[in-house]
Amino acid sequence: MNRSSRLLTSFVAPLLAIIISFAIASAVLLLVDIDPLGAYGEMWAFGTTTESLISMINRAIPLFVSALAVAVGFKMGLFNIGVEGAYLLTALIAGYLAALIALPSVLHVFAILLIAALIGGVWNGLAGWLKVKRGVHEVISTIMLNFIAFSLNAWLFLNYLKADIGGLTTATALIPESGWIPSLNFALGWFGVEPRAGTELHGFLVIAIFLGVFYHFLVNRSRFGYDLRASGINPSAAHASGVNPKRMIVTTMVISGSIAGLVGMSTLLGFSHRYVQDFPSGLGFAGIAVALLGRNNPVGMAFGAVLFGFLERSSIILDLKDVPREIVTIFQGVIVLAVVIVYEVVSRYAQRRAIAAAAQATADLEVAVMA
Amino acid sequence: MSRPIRYMLIAGIGVLVLTIAQWITDTAELTAPNTAGAALRLAIPILLAGLGGLYSERAGIVNIGLEGMMIAGTWFGAWGSWLYGPWNGVLFGLLGGAAFGLLHGLATVTFNVDHIVSGVAINILGLGAMRFLSSITYNPETGGSVVQSPPVQGVGSVSLPFFAGGDLFGWRSPDLFGWLDRQGWFFISDLGGILKGFFGGVSWLTLVGLILVPLTAWLLWRTPWGLRLRSCGEDPWAAESLGVSVLRMKYYGVMISGGLAGLGGAFLVLVQAGIYREGMTAGRGFIGLGALIFGNWIPSGVLTGAFVFGFGDSLRFRGPDVVRAFILAVAIALLLAAAYAIFQRTSRRAVLMGGVGAGFLVFYLLVQQVPNQLLAATPYLITLFVLAAASQRLRMPAADGARYARGEAR
Repeated sequence: MNRSSRLLTSFVAPLLAIIISFAIASAVLLLVDIDPLGAYGEMWAFGTTTESLISMINRAIPLFVSALAVAVGFKMGLFNIGVEGAYLLTALIAGYLAALIALPSVLHVFAILLIAALIGGVWNGLAGWLKVKRGVHEVISTIMLNFIAFSLNAWLFLNYLKADIGGLTTATALIPESGWIPSLNFALGWFGVEPRAGTELHGFLVIAIFLGVFYHFLVNRSRFGYDLRASGINPSAAHASGVNPKRMIVTTMVISGSIAGLVGMSTLLGFSHRYVQDFPSGLGFAGIAVALLGRNNPVGMAFGAVLFGFLERSSIILDLKDVPREIVTIFQGVIVLAVVIVYEVVSRYAQRRAIAAAAQATADLEVAVMA
Repeated sequence: MSRPIRYMLIAGIGVLVLTIAQWITDTAELTAPNTAGAALRLAIPILLAGLGGLYSERAGIVNIGLEGMMIAGTWFGAWGSWLYGPWNGVLFGLLGGAAFGLLHGLATVTFNVDHIVSGVAINILGLGAMRFLSSITYNPETGGSVVQSPPVQGVGSVSLPFFAGGDLFGWRSPDLFGWLDRQGWFFISDLGGILKGFFGGVSWLTLVGLILVPLTAWLLWRTPWGLRLRSCGEDPWAAESLGVSVLRMKYYGVMISGGLAGLGGAFLVLVQAGIYREGMTAGRGFIGLGALIFGNWIPSGVLTGAFVFGFGDSLRFRGPDVVRAFILAVAIALLLAAAYAIFQRTSRRAVLMGGVGAGFLVFYLLVQQVPNQLLAATPYLITLFVLAAASQRLRMPAADGARYARGEAR
């Protein structure tokens, strides 16, 4: 593929998908007698306040991490649906353990992150192991492991790990302050941004950006990443060139799971400081959508995560304006389908153009030879 | 031994094992009509989802969007029943699911999108779209909200005359199975109890679900249409060369798939709950997928899988001693199977069965109460276990999930 057609597929496809999704969402709103432009106007006005933008970033952080976890698998043709179960189970256990251990402040945080990565890695590595040893397809095993994780989570939480904190909330014990990730509000001050009290930019943003850079170097600049991409594009060729496919599968699932384990850490260490009953769920599935939207490219996924974060935050205003905010979920579902369909169509178009260009070149050559 | 006699013998031994297990644990609920009836009721939605998956995957389209299609079925089932009565609810549920099946077909068949990606999108979309619909339809009604419908009328039920006390032209016929169940005779009464549960107070929709099993087997394996559909799942390129309209067959497959999953969703509303609640499918679409794999992509296998999972599900609503009795029954059954394997001189299977059976026995002796949260995970654990233990013996359609475009080489 040449440069212009690559540009076409990587930028035009997501943009077109977003436009299509907006069109469909608008049509749905029109069907129920709601002015879509009015609704979007409300969302934009509410979504661009300082507090909303910070909330948008906070929501985008775990989505981005989740997308990274999915994308690592995608790069070698592995579909990890198990991010959802992995991060919820991890958040519970890591949250419980974090309250037990006592360490100096920075060390404490890194210890928790390490534990989370370990648990997530083992949990999703299980799917890799099942695939390599027993030939179980990773999609089926991760679906099943998700539900097993939900059950395990509920059982451990309600019977063993919850703390006696009184009141109506069910939660694990509070993590000591040394295990908290401080907010980035001080950095906002440098730019002259003064958010209202209670609005905090989660400090995990720094770690998420680091993870994005790490992902880029791992996939695009390392020997492992080369093997990874080679196995994804042509497993038998990769095998012939000395890549051990079984080890690649297990390693990739473990890496994917380790990143998945970190999905809940932004909320756990930066906001709730304990695992709570209504810990945000669905981030693992949304991460698949974001990874597809960003086409496994770290910058693209960051944009996708921010878009999803914006939609979720700004949809809050819709409830007050008598517009069903579920329109945003429809939008998110449509965009996943739209982006893959558009990508398929656009790349087929680009391919056809390339073939036509090649045919033209051959014809020109023939004319030149004849002359 | 001919096949029917063998199956009857196995079923008989099964009941005997259950009887012994509950005799040891001193409970009577394991073979009570209620338990059998609940197992049947809980098995049907799983069966319908599994059969749905069968049509799709036999046509070569992997369908993990079953859950989303089932969610559509619950919503539309309730809506149809609320507006026009229960049987229209059934129809609406079917069509609602089929609409999502059509969407899955559009993405995977026409646009050649990865089947799993499309399935994931459908699951996200199904949930969001139904909540959106609830907020504009059910929310303003009394008893309804964004997450549930007002109570709706369910589909009626029927009992077999003479055996389970069904009505015959207004006359209440004798109830043989129920009478047997009350006698307290070893084995005979237990058998009566189970049969009473299977034949008494059975929903019409349950009958529809059960009839679909032989109907599907006939349709897919005994008709030209079925051969064409299956050929698309095995080798669409060969099918194309023989003049089969592959794209059309694939569309049939996914739409029937969605329709059946939707029917399963409607069943949850119209037979089990009498109301639509968000999240009421609780992963049953995925359990249906598990039943499909467990059943090796064959209708009778799907039925068996659905019953195993349905029975496991029904235990959650019984007391802890029933669960313990069942675990003991599984242990006895596995140890018997191990003994049979030794008799047949298949040592590997004997070791496997014996080992797992012993594990269950230890579990029975050590654990007094199995937590409900873990019980909920059993279908998924069984599916994983079956896949891990028997993946060599499972055979999915050869071109399941393959990308296919008309006129292109493989």
